[in-house]
Amino acid sequence: MAKPLLEVSDLSVDYPTDAADVHAVKEVSFTVEPGEFLGIVGESGCGKSTLLFGVGQLLSPPGEVVGGSVVFHGHDMVRLAGEELRSVRWRDYSVVMQSAMNALNPMKSIGAQFKDTLEAHRTMSDGEIEQRSAEVLRMVGIDPVHLASYPHQLSGGMRQRAMISMALLFTPQLVMMDEPTSALDVVAQRSLMSKIKELQETLGFAVIFVTHDMSVVSRYSDRVLVMYAGEIAEAASTEEIFERPRHPYTRALMSAIPSVRGPRRELLGIPGSPPDLAHPPTGCPFHPRCPDVMPECLSVDPPLYPVEDAEVRCLLYTEQAKEAV
Amino acid sequence: MATDPLSSTAVAGPTAADETPAPDSELTTEPRRFTRAVLHNRKAMVGAVILLIMVFVAVFPGLIAPHDPHATDFQPNEGPSSAHLLGTTQLGQDVFSQLIWSTRLTLWVTVVVSVIATFISMIIGVTAAYIGGLTDRVLTVLTDVFLIIPVLPLLIVLSAYLTPGVKSLIIVLTITSWAFQARQLRSQGLSVRSRDFLAAARLRGERRLYIILVEIVPTMTSLLAASFLALAVFEVGFAASLQFLGLGNSGELMWGTMLYNAQQAAALESGNAWWALAPGIAVVLLGTGFALVNYAFDEIGNPALRPVRRRKVRGQASA
Amino acid sequence: MPPTQNSRGRATEAAEPLLRTVDLTRHFRLGGMFSKQVLHAVDDFNIAIHEREIVALVGESGSGKSTVARLLAGEYRPTRGEIYYRGRSLRSLRSRKDLKAYRGEVPMVFQDPFSSFNPVFRISHGVRRNLALHRPELSRDQRRQEAERVFESVGLSARMLGRFPYEMSGGERQRVGFAQALAVRPKLILADEPVSMLDVSIRAGILNMMAGLREQEGVSILYITHDLASARYVADRVVVMYAGQVAESGPTEAVLGDPQHPYTQLLLSAVADPGEKESISGDTGEPPRVINPSEGCRFRWRCPYAIEKCAQVTPVLRPVGSSEVACHVAPVAPEKVTEPARMASISK
Repeated sequence: MAKPLLEVSDLSVDYPTDAADVHAVKEVSFTVEPGEFLGIVGESGCGKSTLLFGVGQLLSPPGEVVGGSVVFHGHDMVRLAGEELRSVRWRDYSVVMQSAMNALNPMKSIGAQFKDTLEAHRTMSDGEIEQRSAEVLRMVGIDPVHLASYPHQLSGGMRQRAMISMALLFTPQLVMMDEPTSALDVVAQRSLMSKIKELQETLGFAVIFVTHDMSVVSRYSDRVLVMYAGEIAEAASTEEIFERPRHPYTRALMSAIPSVRGPRRELLGIPGSPPDLAHPPTGCPFHPRCPDVMPECLSVDPPLYPVEDAEVRCLLYTEQAKEAV
Repeated sequence: MATDPLSSTAVAGPTAADETPAPDSELTTEPRRFTRAVLHNRKAMVGAVILLIMVFVAVFPGLIAPHDPHATDFQPNEGPSSAHLLGTTQLGQDVFSQLIWSTRLTLWVTVVVSVIATFISMIIGVTAAYIGGLTDRVLTVLTDVFLIIPVLPLLIVLSAYLTPGVKSLIIVLTITSWAFQARQLRSQGLSVRSRDFLAAARLRGERRLYIILVEIVPTMTSLLAASFLALAVFEVGFAASLQFLGLGNSGELMWGTMLYNAQQAAALESGNAWWALAPGIAVVLLGTGFALVNYAFDEIGNPALRPVRRRKVRGQASA
Repeated sequence: MPPTQNSRGRATEAAEPLLRTVDLTRHFRLGGMFSKQVLHAVDDFNIAIHEREIVALVGESGSGKSTVARLLAGEYRPTRGEIYYRGRSLRSLRSRKDLKAYRGEVPMVFQDPFSSFNPVFRISHGVRRNLALHRPELSRDQRRQEAERVFESVGLSARMLGRFPYEMSGGERQRVGFAQALAVRPKLILADEPVSMLDVSIRAGILNMMAGLREQEGVSILYITHDLASARYVADRVVVMYAGQVAESGPTEAVLGDPQHPYTQLLLSAVADPGEKESISGDTGEPPRVINPSEGCRFRWRCPYAIEKCAQVTPVLRPVGSSEVACHVAPVAPEKVTEPARMASISK
């Protein structure tokens, strides 16, 4: 049994504010196998981006990791710092941000930025740098002539591709992406996603893909984590989650998506809005919006129950979980 | 739950769960948030205390100063004593009383100049940003001209025409300092200009003047306050320097004129050194007060600048 | 039942449209005064919106849909072409008063709920200003009542009138955007991507609300979006735009159920319903070329069915089935749309 590539255990991230500490991520645990495509799905404010930054050690103050561990390649990332962290970063894992325009330097050409990244982590000759830069651009379907272009000269789709190719410079084993397609139109989005999947299958890296739109990830992911209020609400294989969604939130999310080809039905959406994490509800955080709420839900915050091939944080499954044991 | 939106009489909306008002919605108004932020911020507290003391002294000098600042009844050039905490001047006046009484005019000039200069720079900056085009170019050139003007030569020229005194000081200071913040306020105006709420205001038919005064300027209050404070820090020292150079009216009671008089009397070398030092320290103190409160503004506006308290990471040891 | 069961372009077509454009065109000169680069944002755009109708204007970045919104709102003047509102051309609106009156009947709702409200004022500010500017005959009490009424029409409680924007969620703010539009008693609301910046789970509520407004308030809505699925859900008719021109237009089920234009087919194939399997296409979604475009169909470089005529003659809308399509080769079989384009990509 191969060791997992990434093992996140009870990771907690807090944002201290004047009023109270905001628990953006609460004791989240999951693993990523080599070459696996993991989707993390949830509404705005559920903590998915914070989780990603926490795992990648990219949190900026005042946010900070206050508990748990992130074990990657045998190292606990939370305890690494400085030089050690830099040696692992980008070589073994890399991160693609939501908006390329925010992450790319508008004053430098693409080639110059690749050069900076390459030189920051490894000593290479100019020829090697140029060769590698051209190679990764070709991998994502961009003509290497664009190494001389500036970010604003490229279209949105091309910029996102450039970001992804930058993440692949050292052929990392894990690439983490935070909604890399949300700024793109649907055709560019589909194209980028299938390119990512293709590269993943050829080069063999694992992907953590964070998004608020389940349909984007449904075609490509192996497993999906659904997050709510800083916790995992449901975790299962993609097929399992789409065919047999168990958590009321997952079901509500799926029924909120209008269909383009399927039968026409009324969209319900999810009433209310995500909780204020500085003042979360008592018991299960989803109870104020849950169509299947029971009296116990107001006082008990359920643990993650294993149910067949999934894990569900919902009191509806207490019995099933007990039976399985 | 509605079965058919066509037949339902109510439009689908958020349910009762959404009706509960946001927690603390009454408490989190701007002034209250600001006060709380200031109270939590050490630098701001110190600065605020300094300023409050200054204001108190300016408003009630009679309560603190033991003597009439103009009275020349005492022994001249005496050092500090229990009767005269900071000694006396060459003319036999109590330095401490002079210092206390000078607070009022000094503070007044500082505040008036800062307010007027900030106001002018705001009008010019925001108008340039919002109207754009030729107006913008003209106003920007105007701003740049005033920025480049070498202050000292201008003052020397002006002092030939203006009678030395507080009024002239205010005029000169305002003319030479309004331009500093105009650029920054224009930039802020530019960044706000593309916000949708301004397009919304335009599309509903608001007039331009209304948009500038009612929709844009209020969004810049914290920037304006910060500009005011930054300017105040500068003006305190600038005013004192000008007066020290002899461009003030030595009869008026201000820290700067005290410095001038003390220097004329060579107080540091042969007289009461405190006559020269005390006003200088007071100027620094007032400037610091403004500067510290200004720091607080930065930290309040940008939480990332707040001091980070590193906490121990709970949890298991590494695998 | 989904909300768009009635007024599927049946009875409304006989009546005079509320708003109608004729060859609406808008160009922008790029660069300085002497530059020859002209951006053809909108070219020969024709649309008709009837009463009590939701028309979806679908297109991607660079399609020109936002420019159409600005043109219809009166913010830009057309380079060419006409806009007729209730039979009267917008060109005849000369005075401030006229333009204001028009805006009182055709308001706009913006895309970004986070920047469309002035953070300094309460959320009711826009509603109150709209009432003051466009319905001055109301007394203060009446205005207060109206503000409460429009808030309730969009599913918000009157208690929220006193809140500040930062205290409200994105979905709530977008509802307020519609409330602001309703305050002027509009005939047609121009909604520029009202749900694009909201989470998928919140969109349903807003879409349902929009359908409800058509029923209860009797307003028409021009729903501008890039999301086909939501267009299908809420619109009576769909207009598909590409590179500043109309590609296809017709009743929703016709355009989205049986698309005729290759671009519409491409769009549809790119949208994934949850759980659907992958479909590959060579098309990378590069934005269309609208700077000094040549004659001919602007989609030809990406089109698997393009013929010689497509490079020479710009297609015009013609009826195909129950829709109108601007294409020389339509009707075509949709399965082939994911094949590579026939015309090699000539640079510029």
